[in-house]
Amino acid sequence: MNSPPLRLYTFAAPSRFYQLAGWLVPWFWVATVALTVAGLYIGFFIAPTDATQGEAYRIIFIHVPAAWMSMLLYLVMAFWAGIGWAFKARLASMVARAIAPTGAMFTFLALWTGAIWGKPTWGTWWVWDARLTSELILLFLYLGYIALVNAIDDVRRADQAGALLALVGSVNVPIIYFSVKWWNTLHQGATISMTAAPKMASTMLTAMLLMTLAFWAYAFAVVFTRTRAIVVEREAHAGWVAELAGGRMRP
Amino acid sequence: MNWGSASAFFEMGGYGLYVWGSYVVTALLMTLEPWLVHRRQRRSLRDAARLNPGNEAES
Repeated sequence: MNSPPLRLYTFAAPSRFYQLAGWLVPWFWVATVALTVAGLYIGFFIAPTDATQGEAYRIIFIHVPAAWMSMLLYLVMAFWAGIGWAFKARLASMVARAIAPTGAMFTFLALWTGAIWGKPTWGTWWVWDARLTSELILLFLYLGYIALVNAIDDVRRADQAGALLALVGSVNVPIIYFSVKWWNTLHQGATISMTAAPKMASTMLTAMLLMTLAFWAYAFAVVFTRTRAIVVEREAHAGWVAELAGGRMRP
Repeated sequence: MNWGSASAFFEMGGYGLYVWGSYVVTALLMTLEPWLVHRRQRRSLRDAARLNPGNEAES
């Protein structure tokens, strides 16, 4: 079979990434499970009951990490989409595509756990305040990106259009982050601030940070696996993929 | 230890439905997504094998 011409970024990098990611993914799963067990143990069995919210506050251990991931993953996605566009780095565009579904899932989880938390503490599932509305817009940006890159058949064009959408949409992330400062929202202020001492018990904070690390490890594992799938889908005709697939399929 | 009994743990001080409603959906999605992704990864290799006959890779 014909191998495509060897170009940096188009062929060599994805194959190398494929191997590296394949080696890393199991370790990210180990980290995800270990950090989740530790985080939930501290969160449910060591962290005390909250004085004002009772046990309902324990939603924080997934709500805040999911909300952080939703914003972080969007910025990472926009960054790699932009790199892929500016430098024609195909792997970067593939990584951007691989991040979108995971980011959308974390955004949904932030909204879902937030709604469930809002009911007992605010008395309502949903309000159209700045924080909640901008987070909902983030979900639509993810879904719009996914729909756009899948709607265009020409892969290059799709990546470019996606990058444009992702980069323009990234202005929404600081709006989400600072919404609780800029507007008078029902949502409480930042849980963690770089400048002030944490306003929560240290065991609560530990549990929340462990769950955040667990979600990070999860995101790496899932995004790397999805990137590997995309690499194989796109480079199916490349020599190394043929060898790889052949090796896998041998009885 | 915060909980005197298993039922106290599940009741969550009266917020059981809210707390577990959050955690169960999170657990479901964070199990479903890896499963779908691994399926896609396997399928991509299968399709690549089919695209490249002559590699004794017929499925």
